[in-house]
Amino acid sequence: MKQLLILSGKGGTGKTTIASAFIKLSNAKAYADCDVDAPNLHLIIGQRSEPKRTDYYGLPKAEVNPERCMECDQCRQNCRFDAISVGKTYEVNPFACEGCGVCEYVCPVDAISLKPAIAGELMLYTNKEKVFSTAQLKMGSGTSGMLVTEVKKQMKIATSDTELAIIDGSPGIGCPVIASISGVDMVLVVAEPSISGISDMERIIKTAEKFGTKIAICINKFDTNYVNTEQIELFCKNKGLTFVGKIPFDSDAVKAINNGQTIVDINCASGLAVREVYNKTMEGLFEGDNE
Amino acid sequence: MKIAIPVDEKDMGTNVCVSFGRTPYFLIYDTESKESAFIDNSAAASSGGAGIKAAQIIVDSNIEVLLTPRCGQNAADVLNAANIKIYKTTTHSVKDNIDAFIAGTLSLLDEIHEGFHGQVGN
Amino acid sequence: MARSAINMKIAVLSGKGGTGKTLVSVNLAAVAQKSTYIDCDVEEPNGHLFFEPIDVQEEEVSVKIPQVDNERCNGCRKCVDFCKFNALAYIKDKLIIFEEICHSCGGCIMLCPEKALTEKEKSIGKIQRGISNEVAVYTGILNTGEASGIPIIKELLVDNRSQADEQTFIDCPPGSACIVMESIKDADYCVLVAEPTLFGVHNLNMVYELVKLFNKPFGVVLNKCLEGENQAEKFCLEKNIKILGRLPFDSELGMLNSNGEIVARKSKKYCAIFSDLLETVKKEVQYETTTNS
Repeated sequence: MKQLLILSGKGGTGKTTIASAFIKLSNAKAYADCDVDAPNLHLIIGQRSEPKRTDYYGLPKAEVNPERCMECDQCRQNCRFDAISVGKTYEVNPFACEGCGVCEYVCPVDAISLKPAIAGELMLYTNKEKVFSTAQLKMGSGTSGMLVTEVKKQMKIATSDTELAIIDGSPGIGCPVIASISGVDMVLVVAEPSISGISDMERIIKTAEKFGTKIAICINKFDTNYVNTEQIELFCKNKGLTFVGKIPFDSDAVKAINNGQTIVDINCASGLAVREVYNKTMEGLFEGDNE
Repeated sequence: MKIAIPVDEKDMGTNVCVSFGRTPYFLIYDTESKESAFIDNSAAASSGGAGIKAAQIIVDSNIEVLLTPRCGQNAADVLNAANIKIYKTTTHSVKDNIDAFIAGTLSLLDEIHEGFHGQVGN
Repeated sequence: MARSAINMKIAVLSGKGGTGKTLVSVNLAAVAQKSTYIDCDVEEPNGHLFFEPIDVQEEEVSVKIPQVDNERCNGCRKCVDFCKFNALAYIKDKLIIFEEICHSCGGCIMLCPEKALTEKEKSIGKIQRGISNEVAVYTGILNTGEASGIPIIKELLVDNRSQADEQTFIDCPPGSACIVMESIKDADYCVLVAEPTLFGVHNLNMVYELVKLFNKPFGVVLNKCLEGENQAEKFCLEKNIKILGRLPFDSELGMLNSNGEIVARKSKKYCAIFSDLLETVKKEVQYETTTNS
């Protein structure tokens, strides 16, 4: 099974719009949304069945047992994260608590313990032969890298022998992105022709290069700035990176998305352009497979 | 000598796990006595620093060599400090990789990737 | 007790990147003229690209991490077993400390029975202060690979940053994780920026839940508005949320913004739009704080 990951570096470039179009065009039997902080893919690739839901546990969080607590204040004084406050009782703020265990250690009366805390939820939609894996991180939680790994694992376990899996990645360059790149065959970077978009695109390419995956680049909303678009194309040429095409800004795309449809479900300029990008990307992904 | 391999299941016919730090189990194989043992990788449940903990676990098992498809910087630091050599696996099959290592056809792993840096994001 | 809207801390946030947080916070600070702009998006600060501040001064931000005296260490491994973040390993009679994984909780130092661990300072990033016209621009920058930007945000938001009689605009990181919570903790009012699409509504909902959880007064700015149905607007009407203003999807705006220009300083039209928005925000802040005091 070949895995194609779609990334952008910067948020709002159109990853999910493009990923959903690719899923429709390829009729992929396996796909996943690794943007666990703000998953969006399920809004367009509609699911009819109820998913299998699994609780995702992140770092354990400290809890004070008010019955044992002597109010000696040792916990609050030693907490480096300002996570303990005193109201009627001593309380741990679960959003600030990092699960370090210092309070549990210093408490002279064993009134504090670290308890497993639910940090999110994994969802697996299986519908005849299609598998869609996604997750939602609970507000204020960290640990999204591990959840991303679980989303991909969940998808792999549920799929039997399929040719192609498409993964909608998360924005940024941090840990969740790195977790999503691991094990993937090709990364398609969606670039935006703006100053911050270009700088983020460069950083994400650096990250992907370290993993030795194939890299392809496309530009979305290219007509919002022709100069920057040219700059990106030149950058790809100079670095020998595969440029797979550009997609214009299209208000019809917005209409489609708002109707819960992909851009290839309707007749529009961006839909036409994304087909070319798709064809070139697939060429690159499957090239050299001469078995 | 003892070698370690990250594996998907506690079974000699299983596949090499794609991840080192979060593999569910390690196979510890003795090339002389031909004995094998499986150990649980408690690092798999860690939110961060999984590679470090996994490396500590296999160091504590007195192995000399690790066969793995990939390895992060932090885990590599631990393994290097323990003088453990890291070889890159080629196929999915555990058995094939062990045979290849014994035959001397596996190469050292030289692309160490940046750690995932725990990044519990808090 | 009525408070003047003048020295209010206004946090600007959105569920996702690319919605227009920096556009709104930078331009509001620009039209307010004498104001303070604080960029809390420490992983990818962008505000300074627009302001291009001068007279920049830097201060380092550091955290405390352990260092080991190997002579005193007897290999008991209590620290290795305690560390919840796996930042310690004991190999060949030496303790290895992984500085970038360490969360600076101080636990290992406390429990070492041989007192072999002490603390040292490690720089994780910096804060730059500069000026752009009359806006005091603060930029938080986290070094790549570091675990958490929260210590930088804590430092950015200490009280003496904002001048008296001035408004402070806090450009928050995207999302609703801990780092965002830290950024809005002491804000007096929150401006939520939303895109009018199906995705935009979903993401708006996330930060809507967040500001409600923190009991912060808030309003919404709709960005990239096009003709036709505006789902984010519908959402606001349904939930009775105040819409502070609407920014059109406009190629002039897009072009200026993508070239790093502060639109309110370059375009009369946008100067007027953002000035109106600022007035609306000021009125809302005043209203909210008088009714809630």
